Amino acid sequence: MRTTITVNGEARSLDLDPRTTLLDALREHLKLTGAKKGCDHGQCGACTVLVNGVRINACLSLAVMHDGDEVISIEGVGTPDRLHPVQVAFLNQDAFQCGYCTPGQICSTLGLLAELEAGHPSQETAPGAKPEFTGDEIRERMSGNICRCSAYPQIVAAIRQAAEQMA
Amino acid sequence: MKPFTYERAESPAAAAKAAALTKGARFIAGGTNLLDLMKLEIEQPTHLIDVGRLPMAAIAPTPEGGLTIGAAATNTAVAAHADVRARYPVLSQAILAGGSPQLRNKASVGGNLLQRTRCAYFYDASKPCNKRAPGSGCGALEGLNRNAAIFGASQACIATHTSDMAVALAALNARVETISPSGDTRSIPLTDLHRLPGDMPHVETVLVPGELITAVTLPPPPVGGQAYRKVRDRASYAGGLASVAVAGGDLALGMVALKPWRAAGAERALRAGASPAEAMAAELEGASPRGRNDFKIPLVARLATAAIHEANGRGA
Repeated sequence: MRTTITVNGEARSLDLDPRTTLLDALREHLKLTGAKKGCDHGQCGACTVLVNGVRINACLSLAVMHDGDEVISIEGVGTPDRLHPVQVAFLNQDAFQCGYCTPGQICSTLGLLAELEAGHPSQETAPGAKPEFTGDEIRERMSGNICRCSAYPQIVAAIRQAAEQMA
Repeated sequence: MKPFTYERAESPAAAAKAAALTKGARFIAGGTNLLDLMKLEIEQPTHLIDVGRLPMAAIAPTPEGGLTIGAAATNTAVAAHADVRARYPVLSQAILAGGSPQLRNKASVGGNLLQRTRCAYFYDASKPCNKRAPGSGCGALEGLNRNAAIFGASQACIATHTSDMAVALAALNARVETISPSGDTRSIPLTDLHRLPGDMPHVETVLVPGELITAVTLPPPPVGGQAYRKVRDRASYAGGLASVAVAGGDLALGMVALKPWRAAGAERALRAGASPAEAMAAELEGASPRGRNDFKIPLVARLATAAIHEANGRGA
């Protein structure tokens, strides 16, 4: 099935079996292997990408559902020469060990920052209040991203640093 | 995943009509639950009708002073909507207690209502399950039933409905708007949408084949406070063991039955002057635990009592 998705700013047209997930389209067809297949069931967050600026699990979405969408994967966030402030913060804070979950953590962070900017509440937000940038808010909002190396304290520190630098 | 064909629907009416034309067709919006189950081949649709882009994601006031929420609105959009947060806080809180941000960004209102149970026997194709394979038996009856229903179960099925959102909608007296393949529309009280298992647990709702949920409508908010409380094994991103939604004098319990459980007995007792604890004791007289889930009785009693106090502004 012919599907055109703008990936990291470039329109990519693919002929796909409808079963192809967005994650497999990125990894197997476009050879963008930054987004990882951890659980393939939406439980680990390693496949997190931004679709039209919103973070989702690429494993729980069919590529054909995204015809016409704009997708940003970790390859579109920064380059080794021009790191994104979130990537710099993850390096500075040592926010990973094996690095497998990191592309998802970083894409998820970008989604989190946009959601906070838009005033979206979480279960840590007081009813009716504007969400504040606290450790509890960060931990709650990153609960869809698992890190088996358990770099969680450093990930929270990196998100704080990135938010300060991007403010 | 089994092979299937895919189409993007042009309109709600066309989607309903298309669903009736193809045996084994299913609607897909967010896909977060359906694709999970398709990968396990528990769901094996022959054809997917994508309703996620249909113009039914709006959230707007009704002439009656309520709110209509399009079925394709994402869970995030509903939870973050200013009117929902200001007038129906129990709904926002319930949604935010479920799933992860990534899932809520994708999951739709209609899909949330129609999500399948998380009973471990339903998910494990090597085990009997009358819901997945009618007539095969219920592995949970004498098995690992820690998370099983305590209300409305049958010998055929003791699974629970696991939506948080639906619990709040039940307490808020929401209605579900649908369109049928014939083009007819109807409005169903949310508490009548899901069926109790009886001897046909594989028939989960009162919807006819091809009937599409187009919106959920809320009446004006009730007088009185609102609260949502949920208990689960982790602080975030875990299915619930039990939950409760309070909206004024109305009360619904989650993860205790195969549908959001309107606690009518407790509501009657409260209106007659009983204390929250007495009212919950009255409701729980009708509970039938299965052994490993006996703990749900005191858990629900305390949880609901605390939530009623919270809604009444007395904390707990």
